Amino acid sequence: MAQAARTTAEKIIAAHAGADVSAGAAVRVDVDLVMATDGNAPLAIELLKRELGAEEAEIDGSRIVLVIDHCAPAPNAGAANMQVAMRRFAAACGARIYDAGSGISHVVLPEQGDVLPGMLVLGSDSHTVTYGALNCLGIGMGSTDIAVAMRTGRTWLRVPETIKVWLSGQLQETASAKDAVLALVREIGVDGATYACLEFDGDGLESLSMEERLTFANMSIEMGAKCALMPVDGVCREWLGQRVKEPPAGEWSDPGCSFAAELELDLGAVRPMVARPHDLTEITELDGAEGTPIDIAFIGTCTNGRLSDLRRAAKVLAGRQVAPGVQLIVSPGSRQVLAGALSEGLIESLVAAGALITTPGCGPCVGTHQGVPGDGHTLITTANRNFRGRMGNREASIFVASPEVVARSALAGVVTGAVPTGQASER
Amino acid sequence: MTPTSIRGQVRRFGDNVTTDDVIAGKYKHETISLDQLAPHVMENIRPGFYEEIDPGDIIVGGRNFGCGSSREQAPALIKHVGIPVVIAESFARIFYRNAINIGLALLECPTLGIEEGDLLEYDPARDRLTVAQRGIELTSTPLPEEIRAIVDAGGLLAYVKQEGSL
Repeated sequence: MAQAARTTAEKIIAAHAGADVSAGAAVRVDVDLVMATDGNAPLAIELLKRELGAEEAEIDGSRIVLVIDHCAPAPNAGAANMQVAMRRFAAACGARIYDAGSGISHVVLPEQGDVLPGMLVLGSDSHTVTYGALNCLGIGMGSTDIAVAMRTGRTWLRVPETIKVWLSGQLQETASAKDAVLALVREIGVDGATYACLEFDGDGLESLSMEERLTFANMSIEMGAKCALMPVDGVCREWLGQRVKEPPAGEWSDPGCSFAAELELDLGAVRPMVARPHDLTEITELDGAEGTPIDIAFIGTCTNGRLSDLRRAAKVLAGRQVAPGVQLIVSPGSRQVLAGALSEGLIESLVAAGALITTPGCGPCVGTHQGVPGDGHTLITTANRNFRGRMGNREASIFVASPEVVARSALAGVVTGAVPTGQASER
Repeated sequence: MTPTSIRGQVRRFGDNVTTDDVIAGKYKHETISLDQLAPHVMENIRPGFYEEIDPGDIIVGGRNFGCGSSREQAPALIKHVGIPVVIAESFARIFYRNAINIGLALLECPTLGIEEGDLLEYDPARDRLTVAQRGIELTSTPLPEEIRAIVDAGGLLAYVKQEGSL
């Protein structure tokens, strides 16, 4: 009898369970890599010692990557002490550590070739779904799961149903991958993909660069998805080829697979979008949502902190000035992004326009440092979440948009997608 | 190890309660101590909640409870401040598995009509929920057997200690 057609998620999970699996089953699997950031690694390390009685020497550090990105460099003694515990742990068990200044886990791991097609990776952060752009099954989990995976190399999970998203057409000049994924969140809803795998496919994918795909996969969690997956195609192979010698071929759904749902997104029809305060049920086309005065504009994060994002922002800002009274904060996603932005002259343009450049890392997105808003402040950010209090003050209001829209809003001092008028000055 | 029946007063929340709402990042990034985090529980959406609650109160939410960040401190803190069970129409998946792992009971069922201050009774043995004053009686979807084993052991760490591995 021919084997039943299987989805990508089923194939990757089966390879790690050592048995055939299908959606809905609860299974135990081997984990290829466990990633933990300073957001949740300190609790995982504490649980390993206190609850599991694990000595560092007993732990296989070759499967563990730690990243100090949420609070980098440490803004207070509490955070600093937790980071000390992470460095000690990494040294004792031989785990890799990307220390403060290396950048955001979800930018750094793909960039360094740590996450590859067909791998099953757990991360102590909900945006671990980002790795799906590389055909890697990245799943976000909490500290207890992370501790157990560090100790045993295994985890339990429920094999997800797959929702197929067919991308067609090409983005217009005026729209970006961020606008497209905001349109998708509006379409699917903030819990429309709960427990499911979002699998992206279709002709439209070919026109998206790897960095645009990472932006897309990153926001899958904002629809409740367990994971996201994209195919290993020419664009992906070329990107991987620059990082590893022989990239794995990855997995893809068999023809005739059954999906929980299928929907289409025409990239050509996407217009600039914005999420209004205070959650992602408030996504709307930018037309009609413009004009709110802003105090802080922020460009960066695991959604839009990559080099192409800084290029887009710098193109808008070069030769112009941020509106008086507005703080424009730019957090490069990684040291490599910062180095690239320096060599391309982007940082020079951004600084000349009035931007503040922070350490590569999560920056103000996590509400701890590097740009906490004041009471009554309005922000516009390239991040993925606009939850009340997200950036450290529940009395502030957050808009989410693309790098272009955030840059244009910084120039105008209001939420806007309008291209600035007048000639940019020569420098 | 199924606990006996639970009775408590309802603390009512709406749809899409985020883990940032349960405990804001700015506190969580400074300490892992639940005692230190406790006064800030639900501060984003309901300042003063910590002072309002009595141990045994039951949180009732709408759709997509616990969405957003993967922080396990969210269910751990709810349990720590004495809330034995969270009832919602649906849960975000990371919150759901974190709750199973740390031993906070969750009940998925329709919650329309249940209001702040209602007296609610929950029978874990039968997955049954009753709000007598409103004539509401509901049965929740039981957990799959493989997951039940983790809950019955008292959470994932207890399960791994008991079984020696996963």
